[in-house]
Amino acid sequence: MRCRVCRQPAVIEIRRHNAGFCHECFAKHCRDQVARTVESYSMLSGDDRVLVAVSGGKDSLALWDILLRLGYQADGLYIGLGIGDYSSESAGYARRFAASRSARLVEVDLPGDFGFDIPTGSRAAKRAPCSACGLSKRHLFNSEALKGGYQAIATGHNLDDEAAVLLGNVLRWDLAYLGRQQPVLAEGTGFVRKIKPLVRLAERETAAYCVLEGIDYIVEECPMSAGNRHLGYKELLNGVEETSPGTKTAFLFGFLDKVAPLVGQVAAAERESLHPCPICANPTVSGTCAFCKLAERASSKP
Amino acid sequence: MKVLLRNPRRALEVPGPVTVASLLAHLEISREAVLVIVDGTLVTGDSLLDDSASVEIRPVISGGCV
Ligand code: SF4
Ligand SMILES: [Zn+2]
Ligand SMILES: [Zn+2]
Repeated sequence: MRCRVCRQPAVIEIRRHNAGFCHECFAKHCRDQVARTVESYSMLSGDDRVLVAVSGGKDSLALWDILLRLGYQADGLYIGLGIGDYSSESAGYARRFAASRSARLVEVDLPGDFGFDIPTGSRAAKRAPCSACGLSKRHLFNSEALKGGYQAIATGHNLDDEAAVLLGNVLRWDLAYLGRQQPVLAEGTGFVRKIKPLVRLAERETAAYCVLEGIDYIVEECPMSAGNRHLGYKELLNGVEETSPGTKTAFLFGFLDKVAPLVGQVAAAERESLHPCPICANPTVSGTCAFCKLAERASSKP
Repeated sequence: MKVLLRNPRRALEVPGPVTVASLLAHLEISREAVLVIVDGTLVTGDSLLDDSASVEIRPVISGGCV
């Protein structure tokens, strides 16, 4: 198989593009896709400072690498979740990447800074681990970005992640979630802008980018992820993709182009009704925010 | 050839030469769900792996921190 662009031997085949790529042309293809996404959704302007949420995994490290190479002022944010060896190992990958690029990595440690970890927090609050984890991360992404004066927080959600979440939201016709499922959510009172520059790259492509570019990432999965329902949605979609390549892209971008503008109003209305949390000042529906409630329950029940 | 699988980590011995595509078919692994790594770089489905090769088959579908 030969590279579609330069006819050198290919190292990767991308079936939905019906093409093979050599190392150089593939890396350029990935960076071009991100540059195009950032521009077409007006995610960042030239002098914005962006905080990249890094987990030590393939997506977030590829994202950080690409944003730095595209010339953006991108710092990293690593959150220690207190999930045993998985957390200590993933922190190592994030730190080594930062050191190799002489980039700045902001670190927050849930057990050290807030007195609880995800396993105990989720038990105390009677929430699924990924639910407690997801709300904690969203909270800390926003508050750290505000604290550091960043204009945007970037996450490594890729095409497969977004298509799987979309399928889940559609299966339940969850309009509020559908309304928020955008590659960019504008800043508002108490919120920094949230951007997902990898939505045009499949996860096989972000992994390939890391391998080819020598970016060492944690291959092991978080032990809490077993049985996560999004994994099931991903497998379902990959089954369809196998017989008709391009379906995931059509599903996600069809939604973003045709449906998201309609349901976006639901999310906008919801945002207007938010109030600052009395404890941490982050915007919330009413009373104490979900993160402060979680922290309170986790520390009162050791 | 030596074949390393991840998540969970395990090693297999498979006789070569064989193409990447037929190795994956033999192991019943979807080509879309993995990368095949030889000597630190990627190889496409039509590449021929000889018996002395050392191959890693790395899954790319991750847990869904969404
Ligand atoms: S799999 Fe769940 S618990 Fe583990 S890091 Fe992701 S969201 Fe958190
Ligand atoms: Zn090329
Ligand atoms: Zn709060």
